[in-house]
Amino acid sequence: MNLLTAQASGGVPRSGKGLALGIWRFMLVAFALVLSLGFTQVALAQADPDREMNTAAPGITADQWRQVRSGETGPNYRDSRYESDYSLINASGETWRQIRNRWVSPFGLIAVFGMAALIALFYFIVGRKELEAPRTGRLLLRWTLMKRALHWTVATLFIILALTGMTLLFGKFVFRPLFGDGIWAWMIAATKVLHNYLGPIFGILLVILLVSLIKDNIPKKHDWVWFKKGGGMIGKKHVDAGFANGGEKAWYWLLATVGILVVASGFVLDFPNFDQGRDTMQWANIIHAVGALGLTAVSLGHIYIGTLGTEGALEGMTTGYVDETWAKEHHNLWYEEVKDQTLSEQEVAARKSSGGSSEPSATRTS
Amino acid sequence: MAQMKFMCDAERCIECNGCVTACKNANDVEWGIQRRRVVTLNDGEADEMSISVACMHCDDAPCMAVCPTDCFYKTDDGIVLHDKDLCIGCGYCLYACPFGAPQFPQQDAFGERGKMDKCTFCAGGPAESKEEEYEKYGSNRIAEGKLPLCAEMCSTKALLAGDAQDVADIFRQRVVHRGHKDGAWSNNPQASADNLAYDAAHKG
Ligand code: HEM
Ligand code: SF4
Ligand code: SF4
Repeated sequence: MNLLTAQASGGVPRSGKGLALGIWRFMLVAFALVLSLGFTQVALAQADPDREMNTAAPGITADQWRQVRSGETGPNYRDSRYESDYSLINASGETWRQIRNRWVSPFGLIAVFGMAALIALFYFIVGRKELEAPRTGRLLLRWTLMKRALHWTVATLFIILALTGMTLLFGKFVFRPLFGDGIWAWMIAATKVLHNYLGPIFGILLVILLVSLIKDNIPKKHDWVWFKKGGGMIGKKHVDAGFANGGEKAWYWLLATVGILVVASGFVLDFPNFDQGRDTMQWANIIHAVGALGLTAVSLGHIYIGTLGTEGALEGMTTGYVDETWAKEHHNLWYEEVKDQTLSEQEVAARKSSGGSSEPSATRTS
Repeated sequence: MAQMKFMCDAERCIECNGCVTACKNANDVEWGIQRRRVVTLNDGEADEMSISVACMHCDDAPCMAVCPTDCFYKTDDGIVLHDKDLCIGCGYCLYACPFGAPQFPQQDAFGERGKMDKCTFCAGGPAESKEEEYEKYGSNRIAEGKLPLCAEMCSTKALLAGDAQDVADIFRQRVVHRGHKDGAWSNNPQASADNLAYDAAHKG
């Protein structure tokens, strides 16, 4: 009885190509059987595991499972699925999951909301940076229409991408319980479409913006001093700054490095039609999410300084012109270069009504 | 409550693809999608080995953990199902899944993949009507008290499906009869015939 069961459970040939082998094995077993019959009846009654192992199909060994685990797909690897060369085990999937869910997700949230909290705290303690001298009413051209349009388009896209990206990462914890499946289904689908279609547009425009601003953002020695003095917050004295101050240059170079990394990894994620594998996608996702959340956190600082934090800064990016006093206090080196180009409000209005976009571009160096 | 599991006994699988065909037939899945696949290592060599894989209905499912829409859920029987109305085709479940189970009808620019599809353990999925369920997810054999068709049709009974305890018991019995020194599991030094059932039931 034992032999019978052993036969039934162990002796099935394993593959088409193993069939010949199987027949051989069968004959061997039959031969062994006849032989052992000849010797003794007792041996038959007791299935001998050792003999069973010698005659059965070779067992699956640890080496084979190790091979599976390694994700190796050699020339003799077959997958019966159409256009699939996925290894049996996706060994890095769990690592990706842990990095994303355990590290990127919570610490991203802490970075973004922590930054928001710090800024709020700063605002309540230190408050807005007002102009020290009264405005002179003389204006200086700072941002041409072209650059303003580019800035606001990139900024709008950035905010949409940040919000939709964060919805992809955190939305399920907030909006699904809040709105229910019906609205959530619609919302998350729209989120993905917005993110995946606006992303590439953002990427292209970001590159154009970076190129058009590079001349103003070459680091100079005085930028280092600017940093050491905390942008003028340490010590009472004004610190030197050209068209762009140290902080603005840092933001520029962050966008030029991390921003480009986010864009590049975004493109990898966004175009699966090039058949990149799971491993590539895992890396791209981690780079993308870490970079994007970092930028989102820092962008809050940029937004604060440009709006609530500094009197007179937002005017530059909305109207294109800044007050002479503002220029003197915040960008003294630039002011020295362009101070003979100030305009009265009437002159600015006249210029704008006669097609504002053809204004001479603001002089800039440093 | 049952904890449904698949198990493929690699020493029995003969790479006949019967399970693959049975699945296609039971669930009428879209062209290009194949919920079950048979993988062969070292094809034609002495240590050739085949194994049939699909969604393994993980206890702590990675797909479930990374899905941005949270569209997965686990039935009382431990089967991992997903809601195609919520799925946005982001591909995350595929990046995380240990077994390459999730598949997509397309793979186009701007991350257009369509709705994810994977093995349902022949347990259908969320839908208003039986017709809609069949249309979206395939058959619901579990509701009819039947096991997945792939395992039912496996010619060598390499592919087992059912409650983890039963599957483990059957495999354990086989191993005992095969007399394999490490119980045909890994070379885990602790593995002995006696705790195999425990391993299978608790470690998936
Ligand atoms: C060229 C620009 C960009 C492209 C092409 C892009 C593309 C993508 C893609 C394809 C995904 C995967 C989501 C899916 O397919 O459902 C993604 C996720 C994400 N993106 Fe972007 N993106 C871009 C820019 C940005 C920017 C500027 C931000 C934030 C400021 C951002 C934040 C995120 C976040 C937080 C995620 C979620 C990551 C996760 O869930 O693990 N992306 N992006
Ligand atoms: S799809 Fe993959 S990760 Fe999800 S339950 Fe199935 S096997 Fe596990
Ligand atoms: S493809 Fe669908 S099921 Fe998979 S993680 Fe994305 S939304 Fe979830």
